[in-house]
Amino acid sequence: MAETMELEVFRYRPEQESEPTFQTYEVPFREDWVVLDAINHIKDEIDGTLSYRWSCQMGVCGSCGVMINNVPKLSCAAFLKDYYPDQIRVEPLTGFPVERDLIFEMDDFMTKLTEIQPYIIRKEGEEKPLDEGEYLQSPAELAHFKQYSMCINCMLCYAACPVYALDSTFIGPAAIALGQRYNMDSRDQGRDSRQELIASHEGIWECTFVGECSAVCPKDVDPAAAIQRAKVSSTVDWFKEVLIPWGKKK
Amino acid sequence: MGEKEMSTYIRSVPNTWWMKRKPYFLFMIRELTSVFVAGYCIFLLVLVYKLTQGVEAYSNFVAAMKSPTSVALHLITLAFVLYHTITWFNLTPKILVLYRGEERIPQGLIAGTFYVGWLVVSILVAWLVLGV
Repeated sequence: MAETMELEVFRYRPEQESEPTFQTYEVPFREDWVVLDAINHIKDEIDGTLSYRWSCQMGVCGSCGVMINNVPKLSCAAFLKDYYPDQIRVEPLTGFPVERDLIFEMDDFMTKLTEIQPYIIRKEGEEKPLDEGEYLQSPAELAHFKQYSMCINCMLCYAACPVYALDSTFIGPAAIALGQRYNMDSRDQGRDSRQELIASHEGIWECTFVGECSAVCPKDVDPAAAIQRAKVSSTVDWFKEVLIPWGKKK
Repeated sequence: MGEKEMSTYIRSVPNTWWMKRKPYFLFMIRELTSVFVAGYCIFLLVLVYKLTQGVEAYSNFVAAMKSPTSVALHLITLAFVLYHTITWFNLTPKILVLYRGEERIPQGLIAGTFYVGWLVVSILVAWLVLGV
């Protein structure tokens, strides 16, 4: 008889229940299957009513993030064999409101992502005309921020962050890391306009350096480091402003 | 969505969230160690204050510190302060990202510098106290 394993899946169907429940499904165990394969099997063969997000199935799109046994993971990158023969518990990413089953509402993250201005900003009058070509950058300058640019917006870091779960006003790991990515880009001049948000209470100072955002990041972005480094540079700013008479004043 | 607005479900965070996973638990321990660090700072201030009160007050205070309860408290504090120091030293390379030209200075070297500094200061203190 073929081997099987159990998946305990979070269910929430707002039109029929006010509280979420868990539903257990028995799925075939295959060495080469990831959790997403098992969820797809449930959807196709067992229960078509299950709702969840997925797309690329190769760890690039960032849409299949779920809690697997309480740890945020991309379901396309979590192999069944790493859990077999134990049961796997699948839930929507924590810290976000649940819309239906494994689908959560990501509006808050999208708003924060926009607010952080994750794009190159040039000071007024310093934008190069198009016919002058690109802003050049050396490999060394690229190396300073490249790691922070690998983010796929999968939101696993938000789900790992207890600060965000307890207080969703926190700007959060991915958005701050992206802000830092542009702040450290030699072509960018927008640090001052991002700083108001980054250095606010809802920004870096809310972070207590739990460090789990970096531990769960599937792309090794290390948002925890980005936030702590932003704290250092904001502190340096403050000292310059307060202690040096000729320092930059607001 | 039509006329009826979909209602989202907000999951509450239990107060025991930090007991659910080991990394969170270790984080809370790290936060807790700060209390012991602060407590020992206060203790040192009291020690200095006693010193200003004359030789007798100081020696009485030091003698009281030799009670088993006090020694046990000191050992517990030592364990927490060590945990505090080690966890934070290990995190420094994340924050101190330094470059020599195009090369990033290895993380081990940065954390290592703190450990060497710690060792040097400890030897200095031991030399001052024990006069070896």
